[in-house]
Amino acid sequence: MAQAPELKLAPTPGQTIGPFYGYALPFTDGEKLVDRAHPGAIRLHGTVRDGHGAPIPDSLLEIWQADEHGSIAQETGSLIRDGHTFTGWGRTAVDNVGRYSFTTVNPGPTEEGKAPFIMLTVFARGLLNRLFTRIYLPEDTAALANDPLLSSLPPERRSTLVAVREANGDLRFDISLQGPEETVFLSYPRNA
Amino acid sequence: MSTEETAESFENTHVLDPAATADSQETVNREIADIHAAYRASVADGAPEETQPRIDFAPYRSSLLRHPTKSLHHADPETIELWSPAFGERDVHVLESDLTIQHNGEPIGERIVVQGRVLDGDGRPVSGQLIEIWQANAAGRYVHKRDQHPAPIDPNFTGVGRAITGPNGEYRFTTIKPAPYPWKNHHNAWRPAHIHFSLFGTDFTQRMITQMYFPGDPLFPLDPIYQSITDPAARDRLVATYDHSVTSHEWATGYNWDIVLTGSNRTLMETEEEH
Repeated sequence: MAQAPELKLAPTPGQTIGPFYGYALPFTDGEKLVDRAHPGAIRLHGTVRDGHGAPIPDSLLEIWQADEHGSIAQETGSLIRDGHTFTGWGRTAVDNVGRYSFTTVNPGPTEEGKAPFIMLTVFARGLLNRLFTRIYLPEDTAALANDPLLSSLPPERRSTLVAVREANGDLRFDISLQGPEETVFLSYPRNA
Repeated sequence: MSTEETAESFENTHVLDPAATADSQETVNREIADIHAAYRASVADGAPEETQPRIDFAPYRSSLLRHPTKSLHHADPETIELWSPAFGERDVHVLESDLTIQHNGEPIGERIVVQGRVLDGDGRPVSGQLIEIWQANAAGRYVHKRDQHPAPIDPNFTGVGRAITGPNGEYRFTTIKPAPYPWKNHHNAWRPAHIHFSLFGTDFTQRMITQMYFPGDPLFPLDPIYQSITDPAARDRLVATYDHSVTSHEWATGYNWDIVLTGSNRTLMETEEEH
């Protein structure tokens, strides 16, 4: 992309989600992008940890992804969860031991030959602004090797962005806000 | 959630803030002043003005172990990152923007209207998008089981609202003015009164959660969360403006607060493709 033009307006600062979002933001079936009975349903799960490796019990996560064919949904109804409409977006709070779990599908590549990934946003008490990252699927090793973002990272950091496929087909993706296993978090043009 | 759940005991509330200290307000003020002085010196030396909070801000003790120490890594946005989930009238009922009519009776407190527009960094209105708010009641108490400080729950006030922005990015909430509340960051720590806002743009990279404050709050200089924004002009962007034209006769006082998201990369690419 060419050099992104400057913003015309100064963006409003972010602030921490704080400790008391639990009665406001989570909603029924927010973590289910598809029903568990959906033929392609998988579980995407993991633990959110701090700089001492301790689980963070007050974090909220959102994912945003394409469907199994790589199509990006523009359907409303995420907050309704009618059981039929794939909206591509999910939200869940971690539990008391920092664990989260989404029910979703493996996203297809949005463009031919691209490595498929799920976009993840992390909010937490103690975290003063949201963090973005990508959860790559581990299978398409050729596409992963050619991925511009992954290629720009040293191998030990690259691995923090690639989910682990478990024997039953589920995806495991742990998130470390700090420390030796610190997840790579992203900045985008025009979002400083 | 129901108010019954607040009966659940959280006697060990200190564990919720393991980084909490017995430091005095003066100690925290000094740390904030040092960081702000270093920022002013760096700007004087030509560093760019900051628009966002520091995520590494030690006066906010809970941030110590919860911020990445490595720089954010640059990514060129790919397809999914150029879009946002779609929300609409299916998702949110129009009455959800009035937080004063969710129960059988009137909530206690000062009724207010908070209205404004959601814009992107290029000044375009963000229309048809989800905007969510949550807040403490007029006594400074949240309807949350982890808020156990001795101020009353209001059975007629939950403090949660949602809306879909209008064609010009506009929103309007009717609510009760929240009060300051104590927290455990340091000894005698109090948060300025605020309303939490959650926002979506046209690109998911514009997703943000923030807090709106009220003009003239005496707690501003003492609050490490607000002061984590080192730039005074940037801090001011979180403060609503009292607007007497929004105030209505014998009903509610009015505040204006416009929200500017970061820049869209999708509209940028679409513009490039047109040329």
